[in-house]
Amino acid sequence: MSRDPIGLAMATMSRIASSSLVEKMGLRTTIEKLTYQGTKTGFQALGAASRQFKSVTQLLRPERLEAPAQPKSQFDLTISEEQQMMRDSVRAFATEVLRPAASNSDVECTLSEDLLSQANELGLSYFAVPENLGGAATERSPVTSMLIAEDLAYGDMGLAVAILSSIGVANALTQWGTAAQQSKYLPAFLDENLLQAAIAVNEKRPLFNANQLSTTAQENAGGYVLNGAKTMVPLIDKAELFLVAADLNGKPRVFLVESSTEGVTIALKPNMGVRAANMGDLILEQVSVSKDALLGEDTFDYEAFINMARLGWCSLALGTAQAVLDYVIPYCNERVAFGEPISHRQSVAFMIANIGIELNAMRLMTQRAVALAERGKPFAREAYLARVICADKAMEIGTNGVQLLGGHGFTKEHPVELWYRDLRAIAVMDGGLHL
Amino acid sequence: MYLELPKKLKVLGDMATNLSVEMLRPISRKYDLAEHDYPKELDLVASMLDGMNDGEGGAGVGADQSKQKKEENAGVRNGANMAACVGIQGFCWGDVGLLLTLPRQGLGNAAIGAVANEEQSKRFQGKWAAMAITEPGTGSDSANISTTAKQDGDYYVLNGEKIYVTAGSRADIIVVWATLDKAAGRAAIKSFAVERGTPGMEVTRLEHKLGIKASDTAAISFTDCRVHKSNLLGNPEIDTKKGFGGVMQTFDNTRPLVAAMAVGVAKAALDRTKELLKDYTQLDYSAPINSVASAEAEIYRMEADWEAARLLTLQAAWMADNGKPNSMEASMAKAKAGRACNAITLKCVELCSGLGYGEDELLEKWSRDSKILDIFEGTQQIQQLIVARRLLNLSSAELK
Repeated sequence: MSRDPIGLAMATMSRIASSSLVEKMGLRTTIEKLTYQGTKTGFQALGAASRQFKSVTQLLRPERLEAPAQPKSQFDLTISEEQQMMRDSVRAFATEVLRPAASNSDVECTLSEDLLSQANELGLSYFAVPENLGGAATERSPVTSMLIAEDLAYGDMGLAVAILSSIGVANALTQWGTAAQQSKYLPAFLDENLLQAAIAVNEKRPLFNANQLSTTAQENAGGYVLNGAKTMVPLIDKAELFLVAADLNGKPRVFLVESSTEGVTIALKPNMGVRAANMGDLILEQVSVSKDALLGEDTFDYEAFINMARLGWCSLALGTAQAVLDYVIPYCNERVAFGEPISHRQSVAFMIANIGIELNAMRLMTQRAVALAERGKPFAREAYLARVICADKAMEIGTNGVQLLGGHGFTKEHPVELWYRDLRAIAVMDGGLHL
Repeated sequence: MYLELPKKLKVLGDMATNLSVEMLRPISRKYDLAEHDYPKELDLVASMLDGMNDGEGGAGVGADQSKQKKEENAGVRNGANMAACVGIQGFCWGDVGLLLTLPRQGLGNAAIGAVANEEQSKRFQGKWAAMAITEPGTGSDSANISTTAKQDGDYYVLNGEKIYVTAGSRADIIVVWATLDKAAGRAAIKSFAVERGTPGMEVTRLEHKLGIKASDTAAISFTDCRVHKSNLLGNPEIDTKKGFGGVMQTFDNTRPLVAAMAVGVAKAALDRTKELLKDYTQLDYSAPINSVASAEAEIYRMEADWEAARLLTLQAAWMADNGKPNSMEASMAKAKAGRACNAITLKCVELCSGLGYGEDELLEKWSRDSKILDIFEGTQQIQQLIVARRLLNLSSAELK
């Protein structure tokens, strides 16, 4: 593939400066900045210069989190006190920090350094990394992850994705990674300079099907050679590590690809929404990776991997849809037409009732699938149906949110147009997250 | 957090489904065709259910099990409300019309359960109770009823006409809503338990209906019908502060049950449709919904809506079991289940073509039966009104 001038310049610069050298010479910021500038204007460029990953603790066998101990297998909609505390602090962060930053982040297509460091202070990645590798995770907690995703998205979906992208990779490594993969990468998610990473599944074609990938992996003596292109990859110009879904001998698998691997190029490609997540294309041309780059062992469950992302997007949909509901209620109660608040009209009120009903349904469907996954039970059917409901109803809620505000909803005076754009992603997105 | 049923409720659901297979499905078409004939086979079913209800410590199938649990309990409960929903779902998978005319399992029993005092509950135990609310001039606006109850010594004298009384010609007791004083508004509406054979109460007509034909739907007139004051359910005072609450509270209990009926009927249609289409479809819950055949996508969407309705129903029942106010959730469940069931049963007929439309299959029957489930116990529109008022914090004067 031919590179444009800026891409070529970047390539040269990156080849000279191996990642460890960049770090040593204090050039990292410069490189990142250049990369950013290049991609910002839509040119293709190299991925973020990746750090030198080294295993501090060498695990002999992979760390796996057990399902939490449950007293009884019965229908129970309550959450634990710890989960409630977590929700309270995440919800506060979402309303006080993320929501006010949403509009600007949408325009700038990025999560600012300042916001990122504030998000890191929440310490969410600690819950993705097992104790033996320095984290705080002692048991599987997709339910907690779901609640966090919902609450972050209540602030802003794009920013939520930017924050959760790396944590999703950590979750995936904890759930599926080999001992070597875990040892090598997981501690970096706890670094002061937190490892940014992303899951790349989507490809740019109509009727995309995550089970039938155009991106391929070819096995050779040394490892694998990857070819193909991914789209809608979060943190595209910041991620140092990608989990890339590719077809291996007719079956989809996932590969760990460091951003500075030869043959990896990226392009920032903003979408109609979720813009703060810094999404873009990841292009792989004759990318050679080692045998160790194949995520997990033979027990790896690609379908579950995909579903843990879809359920992540369902969780985000809950937060954004709740934001719509909480926004249209006061608006319609205050907006007067024909001498009374428009909420006094059934045509308006019933739209709001239906938002409430379908949102409640979306939430229960998502919770059910995630709770099954947490207990290590089969959840493919439940995840599929949750996705079906969330894909349909989230968009319906998004479009009705704008409708209820009329012309005002169509302008950037109000956030409903942003939510409308964000909610379109739910049916489209594969990858990007992992609960 | 966990949204699966405990083993005892799964067993209960299986039992109800098995009973449906053995005892309801075989007579389903017969009583759909023979409208107004009493399905005598149900006497056996009812006595089996009585046994189950007594034996299982309340984990029964019937509507009379739906009691709001108020007492504080350690831990989360999956109790009688949930059990009733699970049982009813299994039964309505068999036949909703037959369920509605099951002796001693009527919605009137649920009403008694919700508002009766201890003495009344005891006295009416084992009796089959029907609900009489609707009047020729009063449908969904049940606060506007005009049947009157005038006190005369130890008796109330009832006058008026009730329609759409499910099991009205078969039940032992008719629970009648009447006003003590029309001018006093909602607060004056009370419910009375009128026993069959009470002079002045007369069944005047049986309706011919679109569906649920096995269930009789009666018009009942009250002409100077004297009812002892001990049969007034709940508090006889006209308390304007509490207002309509007393009688309306019944609905918080019964709406999840009707939602459960819808969930059962929809499941019947969905199961049968999947079976009939199995050579034409491949359902693996994996391929994206936009990449599968149209019929498969329809089935996925129906199944997702069905699960949504089921979970909303369980949520409302679970809240009742755990002493949480569930008025809005009960209406959400009823709204979603009612419309989902109607849409699903109709779509199933469409997917199965001539096979679905004909009387060799029960699909066309379920699609007729389902319509009432989006109407009685509060129409779709009434449920939406309730939900909207709650969400918007508006009164019935503001959001009419």
